[in-house]
Amino acid sequence: MLYSPQPMHIPDGFLSLPVSLALWLISILLIGSAVRRLEKTLSEREVPLMGVLAAAIFAGQMLNFTVTGGTSGHLLGAALATILLGPYPAMLVMTSVVSVQALLFQDGGLVVMGANLFNMAIVGVWSAYAVFSLVRRLAGKARWGLFAGGFAAAWSSIFLAALACALELALSGTSPANLAVPAMGGIHALIGIGEGLITIGALGFLYAARPDLLSSENRQQALNRTVWLGGGIIAVLLTVFSPLASSHPDGLEWVAEQLQFIESARPPFYEIIPDYLVPGIPNEALATIAAGILGLVVVTLAAMSAGLLRRRTQG
Amino acid sequence: MDEIQVALRKEESGLYRLDGRVKVTLTLGLIVTSALLPNRPGGAYLLLLSALWAAALLSGVPLAKLIRRGWLALPFGLAALPLAFTTPGTPLLTLPVGNGLTLTAAGLMRFAAVLLKAWISLQAAALLTLTTSIPSILLALCALKVPRLLITVIALMSRYLFVFGETARQLLQAREARSSRADGSRRAGGSLLWRARVAGGMAGSLFLRSFERAERVYAAMLARGYDGEIRSLPQPALSSGSYRLLAGGLLFYLLVGLFGWLTTGGGR
Amino acid sequence: MNPILEVHNLTYTYPDGRLALNGVSLRIWPGERVALTGPNGAGKSTLLLALAGILHAEGSIQVDGILLSHASLPRLRARLGLVFQSPEDQLFSPTVFEDVAYAPLYQGLTPAEITARANEALAAVGMQAFATRMPHHLSMGEKKRVAIATVLAMRPAMLLFDEPSAGLDPRARRELIHLLEQLPQTLLIATHDLNLVQHICPRMLILDEGRLVADGKTEHLLADEGLLVAHGLA
Repeated sequence: MLYSPQPMHIPDGFLSLPVSLALWLISILLIGSAVRRLEKTLSEREVPLMGVLAAAIFAGQMLNFTVTGGTSGHLLGAALATILLGPYPAMLVMTSVVSVQALLFQDGGLVVMGANLFNMAIVGVWSAYAVFSLVRRLAGKARWGLFAGGFAAAWSSIFLAALACALELALSGTSPANLAVPAMGGIHALIGIGEGLITIGALGFLYAARPDLLSSENRQQALNRTVWLGGGIIAVLLTVFSPLASSHPDGLEWVAEQLQFIESARPPFYEIIPDYLVPGIPNEALATIAAGILGLVVVTLAAMSAGLLRRRTQG
Repeated sequence: MDEIQVALRKEESGLYRLDGRVKVTLTLGLIVTSALLPNRPGGAYLLLLSALWAAALLSGVPLAKLIRRGWLALPFGLAALPLAFTTPGTPLLTLPVGNGLTLTAAGLMRFAAVLLKAWISLQAAALLTLTTSIPSILLALCALKVPRLLITVIALMSRYLFVFGETARQLLQAREARSSRADGSRRAGGSLLWRARVAGGMAGSLFLRSFERAERVYAAMLARGYDGEIRSLPQPALSSGSYRLLAGGLLFYLLVGLFGWLTTGGGR
Repeated sequence: MNPILEVHNLTYTYPDGRLALNGVSLRIWPGERVALTGPNGAGKSTLLLALAGILHAEGSIQVDGILLSHASLPRLRARLGLVFQSPEDQLFSPTVFEDVAYAPLYQGLTPAEITARANEALAAVGMQAFATRMPHHLSMGEKKRVAIATVLAMRPAMLLFDEPSAGLDPRARRELIHLLEQLPQTLLIATHDLNLVQHICPRMLILDEGRLVADGKTEHLLADEGLLVAHGLA
């Protein structure tokens, strides 16, 4: 079975211990709450559905399409899982996929799995959910809501998961922020487009074959909180993009070369470094961006935990 | 998946004979120990690597296979490259680039340490999966108090992974068989958008079939009395030999960790 | 007249070490209808995949006199149409028309040419009326016919079939045999269905454990009971 390592799965050794531990704790807390919640609310037929869908996502990650000569687009699937199953089951599905990828295919470390889970099963799922809900709300009953929402959700899930990854690398001191954030963010802004395209392709297929599968679960969750979250995420995206856009006018072409670079892992590094160290990216700007995102993440987590706790006490 | 299944041989030597719970715990222990070592390659790294390779050799697992699995870390290694330049220490060489990039000895050590740690961890995980069946690993996770719902999802996923993997592979082959170039060299390949749509359609087809299969699996489970509750057989207690091995392994890790820190004087 | 397909000493080993093809050599002339038979695991599917260039085997394959290589593969693919055993995995587009149009679209033909080719292919299998339907909703027989159309759209000189009649009810099977009889292309059909072989293929190959153990007139080989039993065909 062909399997190729994904660019977002961090291996062991790349994150510092405090960061790894903190993210393990956060992930265990959040995923654990999701599990407890699901144990109460899950209907019986959803268990085999989650398992089989997880297998489909895992296998689906093998489906690629050529972007340019050397690179290809792949599917991560967090957004698709969220749209099809709802955020809580999707968290479990992505947890299964990420953990087995780490264990069986050595894609992603075990000490840092807390971070990988956080990025893909939590940030990936919830950002997709928030953006999707927001777009759906805006579109009302119109059909374009499904596809625009799907694309936006898929793109956001990849981009934000990549930013979280970059921040973790920076906080661990492995890669400085002024390197990691633009590199990861830039590359994944492109990869996110691929994810978005595959996602709407899949949604289109499903919409034509079994529209009933798409209209189900998510209605109950259209809380104000999610719309606020969706708006918050869009604000983050804008914040991140403006400085990047100004200091790298042709940033995306440069990043596209990076994409080739990462794939082949061969060209001498010192051709790339000068761009990184161009004094156009002030460290303060990036520190602010990082702080902003971190703050948002902390607040989001607090809100989610509060929401989960509240629901639990309400029985 | 083939190589994973094929590797579980019948002769049951060395690691194959151990209980899954012992192996999972020892693997996690090794990985945690490696993570806790100081960021300068030293004797402790060698000790861990030797222990790993010794265990592999005793069980008949070819070292080449193990090492190959470990290489998967490399592409990500580039993310850590800046460490070689940003860590303060004795300068080794300076590149005439931008403000002047200085490669330091300490930086190089740090970069090497990160790569080595990743490599060791990957090999440990690879050794575990090469010598332990998936059901054993799942049972071990269960014993480590991973929620049963999660284990069930993983179990079902593992069961159908191969099936869907085959499907995905055949979809890719079918597409390849129809991706041809007409005589008279016109530009082939279609537009990017179209290719993405085709890939999306393939993904959608895969998901659709997973939904329908899930419905069949559910029906089969119902037919065998499934009522929503997940039950499993209780696991046999670990033998005293297993406990001794566990204790020995963990002690070894502790000693390696201490050795690592004492000999490098904490080079974080 | 030159052979349309010439294979010399084809050998293929799977990544896990299994020897699937062991020095297979054969020649097929234009217009021939050849059956490829043998027990399960003989390597029939592997041989077809190797001929289509999807698996890279050792030895030489020449299509229409052109040697199959990394450079020539994209062009040669258009000359050999491979119809897979399971139409489920061969039909991967949302509608029948899009599936059939995939091949000409990929080749970069003009929209007019693409539509013409697709319609022509659908007509050849009698499925024009199904153009806007979802492959998912078709019956097995209908799916098999659409799968053939997806490959005909490349205007191949030769068609390779992997178990075309597997899973069909008697009526669908009859219709398929009828369709195959009418196709003008050279045919190489891998199958267990000896009845189909008798109907359509005057020449028969027997593959067993990766080796070609027989190659001759169908009526002669089918009369040799001992041969058939020895190679899992009876």
